Amino acid sequence: MTFEYAPAPESRSIVDIKPKYGHFIDGKFVPGKKHFATINPATEEVLSQISLGGQSDVDKAVQAAQKAYTKTWSKLSGKERGKYLYRIARILQERAREFAVLETLDNGKPIRETRDIDIPLVAAHFFYHAGWADKLDYAGLGKSPQPHGVAGQIIPWNFPLLMLAWKVAPALATGNTVVLKPAETTSLTALLFAQVCQQAELPDGVVNIVTGDGSTGAAIVNHPGIHKIAFTGSTDVGKKIARAIAGTSKKATLELGGKGANIVFDDAPLDETVEGIVNGIFFNQGHVCCAGSRLILQEGIADELIEKLKVRMAKIRVGDPLDKNTDLGAINSKEQLLKIQELASAGDAEGAQRWSPACTLSAKGFWFAPTIFTGVTQAHRIAREEIFGPVLSILTFRTPQEAIEKANNTPFGLSAGVWSEKGSRILWATQQLRAGVVWANTFNKFDPTSPFGGYKESGWGREGGKHGLAAYLKEGK
Amino acid sequence: MSFYGIVDGSESSLKRFLAQLPGVDQVGAEARAAMLATRSIKTTSKRWAIDTAISMVDLTTLEGADTAGKVRALCSKAVRPDPSDTTVPSVGAICVYNDMVAIARTHLDAIGGKHVPVAAVSTAFPSGRASMEVKIQDTQDAIDAGAGEIDMVIDRGAFLSGQYGLVFDEIVKIREVCGERAHLKVIFETGELVTYDNVRKASYLAMLAGADFIKTSTGKVAPAATPPVVLVMLEAVRDFYQMTERRIGVKPAGGIRNTKDAIKQLVLVNETAGPEWLTPEFFRIGASALLNDLLMQRMKMDDGYYASPNYVTID
Amino acid sequence: MASSKKAISKVTPRLEVKKTYKLYINGAFPRSESGRVYEVSNTKGGFIANPTLASRKDLRDAVVAARAAQSGWAKATAYNRGQILYRIAEMLEGRADQFASEISLASGVTLRKAQDEVATAIDRWVWYAGWSDKLSAAFGATNPVAGPYYNFTIPEPQGVIAVAPAENFLAFIDSIAPAIVSGNTVIALVPGSAAVAAMTFAEVLATSDLPAGVINILTGLHDELAPWAASHMDIDGFDISGIDKKKRTDLKVAGAENLKRFHHFDGAISPTRIYAFMEAKTVWHPIGV
Repeated sequence: MTFEYAPAPESRSIVDIKPKYGHFIDGKFVPGKKHFATINPATEEVLSQISLGGQSDVDKAVQAAQKAYTKTWSKLSGKERGKYLYRIARILQERAREFAVLETLDNGKPIRETRDIDIPLVAAHFFYHAGWADKLDYAGLGKSPQPHGVAGQIIPWNFPLLMLAWKVAPALATGNTVVLKPAETTSLTALLFAQVCQQAELPDGVVNIVTGDGSTGAAIVNHPGIHKIAFTGSTDVGKKIARAIAGTSKKATLELGGKGANIVFDDAPLDETVEGIVNGIFFNQGHVCCAGSRLILQEGIADELIEKLKVRMAKIRVGDPLDKNTDLGAINSKEQLLKIQELASAGDAEGAQRWSPACTLSAKGFWFAPTIFTGVTQAHRIAREEIFGPVLSILTFRTPQEAIEKANNTPFGLSAGVWSEKGSRILWATQQLRAGVVWANTFNKFDPTSPFGGYKESGWGREGGKHGLAAYLKEGK
Repeated sequence: MSFYGIVDGSESSLKRFLAQLPGVDQVGAEARAAMLATRSIKTTSKRWAIDTAISMVDLTTLEGADTAGKVRALCSKAVRPDPSDTTVPSVGAICVYNDMVAIARTHLDAIGGKHVPVAAVSTAFPSGRASMEVKIQDTQDAIDAGAGEIDMVIDRGAFLSGQYGLVFDEIVKIREVCGERAHLKVIFETGELVTYDNVRKASYLAMLAGADFIKTSTGKVAPAATPPVVLVMLEAVRDFYQMTERRIGVKPAGGIRNTKDAIKQLVLVNETAGPEWLTPEFFRIGASALLNDLLMQRMKMDDGYYASPNYVTID
Repeated sequence: MASSKKAISKVTPRLEVKKTYKLYINGAFPRSESGRVYEVSNTKGGFIANPTLASRKDLRDAVVAARAAQSGWAKATAYNRGQILYRIAEMLEGRADQFASEISLASGVTLRKAQDEVATAIDRWVWYAGWSDKLSAAFGATNPVAGPYYNFTIPEPQGVIAVAPAENFLAFIDSIAPAIVSGNTVIALVPGSAAVAAMTFAEVLATSDLPAGVINILTGLHDELAPWAASHMDIDGFDISGIDKKKRTDLKVAGAENLKRFHHFDGAISPTRIYAFMEAKTVWHPIGV
């Protein structure tokens, strides 16, 4: 007698996906010339045809953004700008379920996450930044800090709408206008957001969305009419952007890769630690730049904790992302699945021990079982390279110093976790860790008031909070 | 003496053992319980869950105004919760005060309810503020009157002042009184223990002292059987089984009033302790109003439209 | 160097003892491994000094020293760092005349102007010293997240910072003081005639309480040293204020390999000059019983 959960799919009738989409430029949808398919990664069903933006589309979008900046947006008071953002936040709340379903369809992440995490955070981000719009004098950036002008924003596929919010909300609040390119595989919620801008009666050209691939992004980065770049994505592309803008006066914030260490001391609250480990690496299929992808366990509790982790992993429900009970959804693309498989194979080849719970994966779509590797050392590729999938590398340590050394022994510096019931040890460890976000006795928590961003090769600048505003403003006099 | 080879029952051995238990992070535990509360149980699984929940109900009346008539009516309902539908299972037990045990047992036996045990709340329930002699006599009376299950309360005052040995000894003594004749459920009154760390410690104290079941609350103090409290207790029985291969049951009581709450409890069991606990032998829900809501939901699933309280019996 | 011409002419036959200009790495004064020097002369072409022409290998050694010193310097209390910076101001003040005459001699500015420059430099040390224990107040925050978590953001030093100031003493001070006050360690690439006062400043540092390796000074050519600093993977940030605009692009391209933080500033004092070489760290912790 077992308690099998019957399928509990969220209805997709709430979304209306058009067969073909254009770009959103100057307040209007304009047809693109070339198109590519966007698919549901859980089923490989073609959802729609997305326009492949070229140089001329980017030119038009930048022109629209420039015109909107000089003619309307920069002339508007902060108070009025803020009211537009409040409107957007409210419409996002009203249409939250529609966005959640669409995001799940296009991205493959579970509806539980889009419904309970992504979309609520999106609305919160706009609401938070709306309030800043007329209070920038108090942001600690001097009197009357000034916007840069047109912000070129390129976002990833792991949190499509949330990353849009992280970019668009502060840009608009600070008085910049925007040309945004969503990721190639996840354009649909950005295009629905364009409708929200229309419903909010946002002035034409303040937000422009050009869909496309890497070449479209490059056209934005290299466009002379762009004053500020905001990019979230891989460290490799981040470095390319840094080179591309080296000879210009463009400002840039880069939110890049990570190989987050999650350190567990032997006095940790074990059951909640197991939850934190699971949330750290299996949240969003591990498609998280700040994932806790290296688990660093104190030797005395390693065996017990790994056993508990395995028991817990056996409860992870892998499957239909639209099912309300799904914990782990689909890998976002075939390309990403191949990358995960390649690195996991490297783990096998280098002698680490792989374990996954028994789970049946659909033949259609892109899937990867939750996986841990034990017996991993710092020399393994799976301990050094970002896998960006549901794969956890487990290492051990003997002394606190050794834990910190291992945690910091990476060119990345985005996130870290530390688990202990001892207050002074928590504070010591958080001080030693070279990472922009340290979660102590928790993991993968986000909030618009909380600055986020990396040390070292994990990027430049912060997003969120007072610190995030600085990226979109020039110092006042 | 040795209890599972883990403690010798002395104050110092208990303190040592309890001190090395990992702490419970309040926020993390509550977040896990909240996440499990989002599980959506539909159609066939909901039907299964409703019947399973009915079979786990400890149908309870613990009022100063209880009478023989009231207890007999409850017994009838316990055996056949829905007189018009014989597919509805009997509940897990009838739970009453000491002096109602004989009435309940006699009536149950008379109406074909021999399979439904009578649980007696004991040891100066609900406060537990009485001498050990009285607590022992209370328990002995109930067993002699036919109670198959004893729901004792721990001495929360002793627990909160760190006298773990005292708490432990009382449970051991009541366990001895129960012997082979009655199952022992140990009530913590988690609303008075306040912290999850205390709930975990109390769970281990009770399990080591010989409890068959650990139970959240008397129903007289709020908060009672909140999902995170039950989560922590389910973790304890799961880990205790790993240590001893003895499976201890869990009984949330108090505050579980509708089907949704009950199903949340079953999800907690399923994903924390595991499906082995999803039987009345190892999981009970102490409740009174819950049963009728379960029955109404069951009717809705059978008939396809929402039920009216007029069609379930009020006892 | 210390004495002026006037002094030489007055004092009869005593021959002045001149200073050998070396580098300042890890609290010591090594010669360049390359054995090279270059000549600094006055505006009329008269010989002043032979500063060391530092090589890429000297840079490599300086980075090792700076990296080794960094965590200890960052761990010193803010109060302690502030006092050490203030002590530098005190010591500069005591040798203000010497610096003014050297600056005047090497750069050709009037003594009066040089005196002003030194006075400004001293005041800059005082100003930056006071920032050490106020950075968290200015650049930190406690963040009211929507949940039962205590959440705060604190600024921390980036690590090892290279600075390439323009060819004058004040620019040199303006590049190192804001970089070290937060707990970074520094490799200063001091060009041309600025080497003269910079190496006298190294003597101040050597007798101050500043731990060895916190400030390392290499003299020579930006064109030679800056590209190696830009591409060095163990340098976290680079203040390129003194680099010609046209030459910055190549440095930034090279520095992209480890996403080095490049910044350049005008002469104004500003706390943003400090924060530019800091990172914000945000910490979350649950609040519960």
